[in-house]
Amino acid sequence: MSRPDAYIGKPIERLEDLRFLRGRGQYVDDLECAGALHAVVVRSAVAHGRIRSIDTAAARTLPGVHAVFTATDLGAKVPVIPVRSESQPSLDQAVQPVLAHGKVRYVGEPVAFVVAETAALAEDAADAVTVDIDPLRAVIDRAGAEAGDVLLFEHSATNTAGRFTGVRGDAAKAFAAAPYVRRERFRVQRYAPVPLETRGLLARWDAHAERLTLAGAAKVPFWVRSVLAAMMALPEQCVDVIETDIGGGFGARGEFFPEDFLVAFAARRLGRPVKWIEDRREHFLSTAHAREVDCELEIACRRDGVILALRGQAWTNAGAYIRPNVASAPRNIAQMGAGPYRIADLHMEVSVLLSNKTPTGSYRGPGRFEIDFCRERLIDLACADLGLDRAEMRRRNLLTDAEMPHALPIVLPHGKGGELDSGDYRVTFDRCLAEIRWDEKASLQGRLIDGRYHGLAIGCYVEGGAIGPRENARLVLDSEGMVTVYVGTSALGQGQETVFAQIAADALGIPIEHVKDVFHGSTTCVEEGFGSFGSRASVMGGCAIAAAAEKLKDSIREAAAARFGCPVSAIEIIEGMRAVRAGELQLPLHELAGRELAAEGTFAAEKRTYSYGAHAAHVAVDPRTGQVEVLEYVAVEDVGRILNPSTLHGQALGAIVQGLGGSLLEELIYDEHGQLLTASLASYLLPSMDDYPDIRAVALELYPSPLNPLGAKGGGEGGIIPVGGVIANAVACALGDLGVQPFELPLSPPRVWQLIEDARGSRRQAQRTAR
Amino acid sequence: MKLPSFDYAAPSTLQEAVSLLGAHAGSALAIAGGQSLLPMLAYRLVAPSLLIDLRRVPGLDAISVTDEGVCLGSKVRWCDVESDARLRTAHPLLAQAVTHVGHSSIRNRGTVGGSLAHADPAAELPGIALTCDAQIAVAGALCPRTIRAEDFFLGPMTTALASDELIVELRFPAWPAARRWAFEELARQRGAFAIAGLALYYDLRDAAAANVHIGVFGAGPRPQRITQAEAALNGRVIDEQAIAAAARTASATVEAIDDVNASAAYRRSLVGTLLERALTRAAQG
Repeated sequence: MSRPDAYIGKPIERLEDLRFLRGRGQYVDDLECAGALHAVVVRSAVAHGRIRSIDTAAARTLPGVHAVFTATDLGAKVPVIPVRSESQPSLDQAVQPVLAHGKVRYVGEPVAFVVAETAALAEDAADAVTVDIDPLRAVIDRAGAEAGDVLLFEHSATNTAGRFTGVRGDAAKAFAAAPYVRRERFRVQRYAPVPLETRGLLARWDAHAERLTLAGAAKVPFWVRSVLAAMMALPEQCVDVIETDIGGGFGARGEFFPEDFLVAFAARRLGRPVKWIEDRREHFLSTAHAREVDCELEIACRRDGVILALRGQAWTNAGAYIRPNVASAPRNIAQMGAGPYRIADLHMEVSVLLSNKTPTGSYRGPGRFEIDFCRERLIDLACADLGLDRAEMRRRNLLTDAEMPHALPIVLPHGKGGELDSGDYRVTFDRCLAEIRWDEKASLQGRLIDGRYHGLAIGCYVEGGAIGPRENARLVLDSEGMVTVYVGTSALGQGQETVFAQIAADALGIPIEHVKDVFHGSTTCVEEGFGSFGSRASVMGGCAIAAAAEKLKDSIREAAAARFGCPVSAIEIIEGMRAVRAGELQLPLHELAGRELAAEGTFAAEKRTYSYGAHAAHVAVDPRTGQVEVLEYVAVEDVGRILNPSTLHGQALGAIVQGLGGSLLEELIYDEHGQLLTASLASYLLPSMDDYPDIRAVALELYPSPLNPLGAKGGGEGGIIPVGGVIANAVACALGDLGVQPFELPLSPPRVWQLIEDARGSRRQAQRTAR
Repeated sequence: MKLPSFDYAAPSTLQEAVSLLGAHAGSALAIAGGQSLLPMLAYRLVAPSLLIDLRRVPGLDAISVTDEGVCLGSKVRWCDVESDARLRTAHPLLAQAVTHVGHSSIRNRGTVGGSLAHADPAAELPGIALTCDAQIAVAGALCPRTIRAEDFFLGPMTTALASDELIVELRFPAWPAARRWAFEELARQRGAFAIAGLALYYDLRDAAAANVHIGVFGAGPRPQRITQAEAALNGRVIDEQAIAAAARTASATVEAIDDVNASAAYRRSLVGTLLERALTRAAQG
């Protein structure tokens, strides 16, 4: 007989891995569907222009072609994709139509939709569609967007689509009185999550039942359903959105994209199932990009290193349209500038700029990665100016247990705040210093060894998680004592089936083997679900499951009490939920409740959890080639209660590697005409197995969250957040004698080399001036 | 990224393959390992009317090592070169360079002939062929001919191969056992395309360098020899001073391009660094 917590906290191997490792995963492209047609999207080859004409006549006559749809086929009003969260009227003015009409605004924008017997025939037909576009000048960067002489939306007078402002205290006053201030400009490049599996969809329309089924959803299936139902003028209950196995999401996959409508529309119009599988080139052009921020950040300190205030401005390059989740990055940049530090006064204004590039969305640690990079760089620069020890200065400003909960800045225009829930941020920091042997390695700082300069850095972060508003779960217990779990969160590869089985088994006091299955994500699982984003799934879904388990036990006890004629408190549930007992009386569960019993549970949360931690890196930089090698990388986090140390460790390592990719390798590069020059995996470098071998991640569970019964916090994103700042500071430290200060990512060999060249040049200049 | 439509043939003799190429000159393409051609087809950068699969053509997959030198049949794969122990002494530079080609799954299929015909400026083998005065034997409709590597690579993805010709063999001159050599390459990660790479060798005559060959790939539109640095080093003892001077000459004279991976200035500097490191290593023997 299991006791409570026989599984939570144990490194249970991932239950889903057996399926994946045996090739039995069911990804959307694996779904067989008799009679399915295949779709290909015709995409704009021009970044910005007016559509003169779209000639589909030749394509329509090709063999095997069933239809070629353009915006004119979609009725008088072409559906637009709404903003999912934290919108503003001006953001709503720049949403994306499912097919371009009038203008195209980025290379890759859907202009027509071809449906044919096979994907290859559809691609042949797509090649035969002639799109005549009168090109306009493309807006590429902040300068172009702010100039405003070329507008993406002519009805608007500006390319600034929205603004988020984070406010706490009175930054202006604090700066005016500060003994030391420093302001710097930073830039984080545009890059993208690039999951292993590209997007894909399969839509079926049942004409008799007037029912639509869309498979291939991820992240937010319930929201996708409500948007899709509205676009198709169907009641929500007539739309099922099905989550298949997913090869990675990272915030991009599973938002509502134009294809979610187009595939469904075509299936209904043609009366045949329609499948669309995104190819890798399309993925680079159409799935949400991320990051790309210009930031000016200013710090005010006392001379002893106590940080007084932070203020600045940032400009996120949102791309051509405001997609559903464009707000999370600028919102977090506005709010999270102080990170884990005690900074009384903050004022941060973030503008959301439109440009003729692929629309952006959230990506693991949205905005947090960017602002952490800027702040941690600025702290190191301030330390150098003030002659302070980098570790000591951070430690002095880290928040402690006694200061919890700690109010976060309010973000305008919505006026939402929030608070850091629990923790002592010095603890992970000290442990991180110890893990990397900071003191022992201090002598390596800036040293040239075998032609390479060595550098070390440490940086800190907080990670918001467990985003509400609520989550729902349903448990079904059969007469054999086997439990099936249904939950409204989505599985994107995190190992959720395992963690939820652990939680269900402990909550019910049954062996984990008695959890028959965990069904998640699909709109058929529960009445209402919220999906997986913002490190919410384990906490929110897990607490909903625990709540459902309590209800299930209550209902069993109540039924048994009624049957036995005794008080509820006298009822024991025994034999792994297969029987009930009250004193001498005992009854198998199936005699009490019939074939199966079910209960639903909800967990609601208004406040987010905050995990936190520190990362440290030891790098070696080849000054001749600019190549950076990560010799050692250490991460220490406190995630509250650890549900499964093994899946958590996987999250940490994966996130760190993604962070290193963004810090050193990955970049989406556009030319001045808005053409993406890195639209393949030959030119877009993803980190792989052997790039960063020496990473150690330590997870602690010192401060359980007071906000939920599990005591758990989000743990999926923390690993990525501080990486950019840590790596850039380590490189700056290594090249300190050369006077190199990186302000921009990624630190590719050519960029680092250029920084060294520039530093040499300015030193020569300075020497000449001195003479 | 679905392949365009094309006809397919898998001839069983070289003659048949060549006559098919001739009959569809300009619109047929030969395929062996497909490691470059298949992505190009998937991206629809090429659309041949006929794809001629060489898998059944015999006699193109031999590696021969003789007093004359090393010959690689055009269907020899990278993994064949890697696993042939003879080449580690018969042509150590070649053996070393091939380990830098792509990833193991690519090296299991990619071929000598495919790499030469594709002529990617960042590819290792064209660089090695040029450095080593290799010759490329081709079969065509008229008569077989041999093209010197220096005449073969004309520009990015452009060679002297006629549209009805097929590569048969790559021939390297004999490699003296005492030869000094080194190979250097900078790619942003293992298996990625080189930003620049450099191969060199020389023979020793009375402690001085002779017959110096320096080849660079990835830096310019095609593989190139650094002839001024070669000339400056011939007859000299390879010491620190000579190395530094050669590196400066290489930086100054290499033809370098700007692209998304790196600026021309970076490539110039890099080629000097690679040459310095290669010479230092070669001099250590």
